[in-house]
Amino acid sequence: MALSQDQIARYSRHLLLPEVGVKGQEKLCNAKVLCIGTGGLGSPLGLYLAAAGIGTMGLVDFDVVDKSNLQRQIMHGESTVGKLKVDSARTRLADMNSDAKIITYNTRLSSENALEIFKDYDIIVDGTDNFPTRYLANDAAVLLGKPYIYGCILRFEGQASVFHAKEGPCYRCLYPEPPPPGLVPSCAEGGVLGILPGIIGLIQATEVIKLILNKGETLIGRLMIFDALGMKFREMRLRKDEDCPICGDSPTIRKLIDYEQFCGIAQEEKANFEDTTMEISAVDVKRMLDDGEKFTLVDVREPSEYDICRIDGSVLVPLGQIEAMRPQNLNGLSQGDVIILHCKAGVRSLKAAKALKKMGFKNVRSMAGGIEEWSKKIDSSMPRY
Amino acid sequence: MITVKYFASLRSLAGKEEDLFNLGSETTLERLSEEISKTAPKIGEMMRGKKVMISVNHEVVVPGAVIRDGDEVALLPPFSGGC
Repeated sequence: MALSQDQIARYSRHLLLPEVGVKGQEKLCNAKVLCIGTGGLGSPLGLYLAAAGIGTMGLVDFDVVDKSNLQRQIMHGESTVGKLKVDSARTRLADMNSDAKIITYNTRLSSENALEIFKDYDIIVDGTDNFPTRYLANDAAVLLGKPYIYGCILRFEGQASVFHAKEGPCYRCLYPEPPPPGLVPSCAEGGVLGILPGIIGLIQATEVIKLILNKGETLIGRLMIFDALGMKFREMRLRKDEDCPICGDSPTIRKLIDYEQFCGIAQEEKANFEDTTMEISAVDVKRMLDDGEKFTLVDVREPSEYDICRIDGSVLVPLGQIEAMRPQNLNGLSQGDVIILHCKAGVRSLKAAKALKKMGFKNVRSMAGGIEEWSKKIDSSMPRY
Repeated sequence: MITVKYFASLRSLAGKEEDLFNLGSETTLERLSEEISKTAPKIGEMMRGKKVMISVNHEVVVPGAVIRDGDEVALLPPFSGGC
């Protein structure tokens, strides 16, 4: 399809680059790119790819826009809080470039739908936030022989690479085994600097454009690592694992598997279910406080979270100090005390309760739902973050 | 000396960004992981369980790799944030 007069004016700065030119811009306008996730990474890369003239953009997301997204998810705004992310993104991208054909999938990517969704696209870009979806996206891309543009972020650090099993390693060559569930914090637990997805997302977008143009040196076989605090870019040369179960010489994975199970999420949920005996509801904790019962309320969040909000009378002992299993770190807690632990949502305090039990504490419970539940059920003036 | 650089969550597990080890002119990753385990057992365990990516002089290596005096070893755990 030849460029229209309008398009020539719009893309003139691209047309002036010999590496792009009319031919290159036509390639961009005919390209089909799938973005998994329209959040931190998906926002900047989606916006710039639409601006660059990518002809067809697929967007997969099942979430709705939350106020806590706006610190970094620049695709969305105050006017779309509470709306479906794919709808919010479609409106924004259509405004950015009405040439782009936007196809939305308001669904969670799964083993059942991934191949069907991926098959219509040239390039898959990963902006997800969890391990099962990353392994799923990698495997689906390998099975279909499509390039998979990887990016991830946490706190002040990010990584990006291009996995294209025909020419180099895949995600499984780097990390054959997922980490045990709960070991690696998500951005919701660990925090993330708002600009970080901007930097990593645009490295991904750059690679998408280079792959379409077939110009420059891509990140195939290289992992880019960025540290915002040290302001350092580092690079590692990757190797294809000949024993890789999906892209190696004799692959054992020939179709998509159950990724929740692979990443241990199912087992984790089962274990959590069995742990409910160690939990107490926020309502019961409030009643104990009102009745003047003697117990110590321990807040196991981080000091930065304690500064945001706290329940009156709580003692701060971050989970990390409890898990280090050194009694001198426990801010004066002793084994005979009646202890109720709480955190933001109830996950960390349950871990802390188990660790204390191992250390010989007898009467330890974790407040289910954490300070979020407290805010919902007991005191609505308690900020949620 | 072998320099070990910790990335992301490994920094808080190790309590530092970097470590130096004197393990003679030539050693193995297995031996290095045992040495790291003395102060940070979780990291040693993750190295042996293939849960971290290990590079030597900016190049990713396989578990049996030999490392030499003066090498820089980087340990990079997976992380998954994107939202």
